[in-house]
Amino acid sequence: MFTVIEQGRASEVQARVDGGRVLLSADALRAALGWELHEGTLCNDTMCVPLPAGSRLGEGGVFDLGEVAAALDRPLALDVDARAAFVGTSAGERAQALGSLLAPDFTLPDLAGRPHTLSSHRGKKILLVAWASW
Amino acid sequence: MWQALYEELRERHFVVIAVALDKSAEDARPWIEKAAPTYPALIDTQHVVADLYNVVNVPTALWIDERGRIVRPNDVVFGSDTFKHITNLESARPLAALRAWVRGDTAGFAPAEARALQTLPTALDQQARAEFGLAEWLARHGRRDAAEPHFVSAGELAPHDFTIRRGSMPIRGLDPMGPPFREMLQTWVGGGRPYYRPLPDTRG
Repeated sequence: MFTVIEQGRASEVQARVDGGRVLLSADALRAALGWELHEGTLCNDTMCVPLPAGSRLGEGGVFDLGEVAAALDRPLALDVDARAAFVGTSAGERAQALGSLLAPDFTLPDLAGRPHTLSSHRGKKILLVAWASW
Repeated sequence: MWQALYEELRERHFVVIAVALDKSAEDARPWIEKAAPTYPALIDTQHVVADLYNVVNVPTALWIDERGRIVRPNDVVFGSDTFKHITNLESARPLAALRAWVRGDTAGFAPAEARALQTLPTALDQQARAEFGLAEWLARHGRRDAAEPHFVSAGELAPHDFTIRRGSMPIRGLDPMGPPFREMLQTWVGGGRPYYRPLPDTRG
């Protein structure tokens, strides 16, 4: 098994490690990241991303995780020995969100484990403080 | 330290949301229990907020208005002068600006200004965050040896990101107040680079 972590979710999927590459089936790709290939286009529930011309991604039902991340313009941290990978968010997506000035929403727990969501405070002025014990 | 300000201003439809970029709730607990906040004090072990808002050091704060718009991008801010002798940053001016904004005496930054003051992450910054994310996950699952090279790589990709370089120290068994941190800080500041980067206070 291989662990793919994305958006705080870790999925255990079948994968074949070939040198430095991690190869997933279409089912494993869908389970881990929610993307499927339709006629040269990668789609999830909300959007589609066309593959570059000549891309062989998905040929023979095999998806190289590195190529998927590159096609989606997502940073990928990969450790084939630890059998785990983290798919991050692109600089472009972050720049677009921050450029809109609409405060990105999040849900995080307090000390008691109770979840709090930023957008539930809409209608108030908010001071959002980031701190740490270190 | 934000509790007094929250109590002072809460009737004006104001809330503080504090997010601890700590390796566990237990690391943050003593500070939170001492502050006894009645505003949300949240735990962010996976640095979700650092990623969403491009936070690269603490303590920072940003202002969000009633419509959910950022009217002051994240900026180093201290709620008191406890560390002024080290940081040379005082709390009075930013707090006065915050009070004036909450009371409606001044507006936040206009959109064009807010955008201009917002630092955007580069592709390397986001690659660093992915490396940190993988390392944090491995460490959390008891695989500290496997995590270590990814923590190191994250710090090399984004050497200005102290939520990664210093924030990972407790996870890696390094003292974030001790020699590893002091050495890192000395090298950084010695190269003429600031550890804290306050916004130009154009609305002081």
